[in-house]
Amino acid sequence: MCHPSWGRARIAAQRLGDLARLRRVRDRIDREHVRPLDLAALARDAGMSAGHLGREFRLAYGESPYAYLTRRRIERAEALLRHGGLGVDEVGRAVGCPSAATFEACFTELVGVSPGTYRSRVAELPAGPVRNREAPATVPQLA
Amino acid sequence: MDISIHTSFLPHDDPDASVAFYRDALGFEVRSDVGQGKMRWITVGPVGRPDTSILLAPPAADPGVTETERRTIAEMMAKGTYGWILLATPDLDGTFEKVRSADAEVVQEPTEQPYGIRDCAFRDPAGNLIRIQELR
Repeated sequence: MCHPSWGRARIAAQRLGDLARLRRVRDRIDREHVRPLDLAALARDAGMSAGHLGREFRLAYGESPYAYLTRRRIERAEALLRHGGLGVDEVGRAVGCPSAATFEACFTELVGVSPGTYRSRVAELPAGPVRNREAPATVPQLA
Repeated sequence: MDISIHTSFLPHDDPDASVAFYRDALGFEVRSDVGQGKMRWITVGPVGRPDTSILLAPPAADPGVTETERRTIAEMMAKGTYGWILLATPDLDGTFEKVRSADAEVVQEPTEQPYGIRDCAFRDPAGNLIRIQELR
């Protein structure tokens, strides 16, 4: 006869297996976020429907796979804008954003300023670490 | 004071799979292996560097860990948010190719990071994140 604890153990093992599959999807996003990736392909390769993957991923990691992918791309874009000699459109392409308009919109939403503004702001900052007294004074200009 | 870092800990959930990864993919030696079944404590470390070890141990073996906590740890390991370690090598590309060719799960190919290092990353069989950075 089946002991009730066997059923519970089987369910727990199944749950861990499902979480490991989600981990592989997330790792794949980490590994390939600069390549064209879409949710349908990620789900297909993980043997899940796109809807199921989206729900389970969000439950496990607190955000959808698409949000995670976009965040990774924009983080990489910030780094490239800070350090590379690349223009805004080149950076958008380099991080795998499907179009310049999508890149502008996603970047602005996540970072709070457009990639062009971000690039010109970081260009004005000193390259090295800033010691306290070297920080630019921010005294308001009184009329 | 003369303190060195001697042994750090990573959890396993399949001791044989973890030993195979650290011994065969990373090329570490097995220094001791005690216990049995899932309750095994396995000390591994790089050949020629006996002063640093990793102890592969069963997670939550302390009897003071509650059943709920044990389940949470198992889930965090499975989803890859629990254990991690930073290793280093002078030959990042060679190391990456060797570990990859041993069928390890690749998380990140060798990449120049904006914070000034170059590194790659793998998962061990228990879901721990193994980052390897280039010594330069």
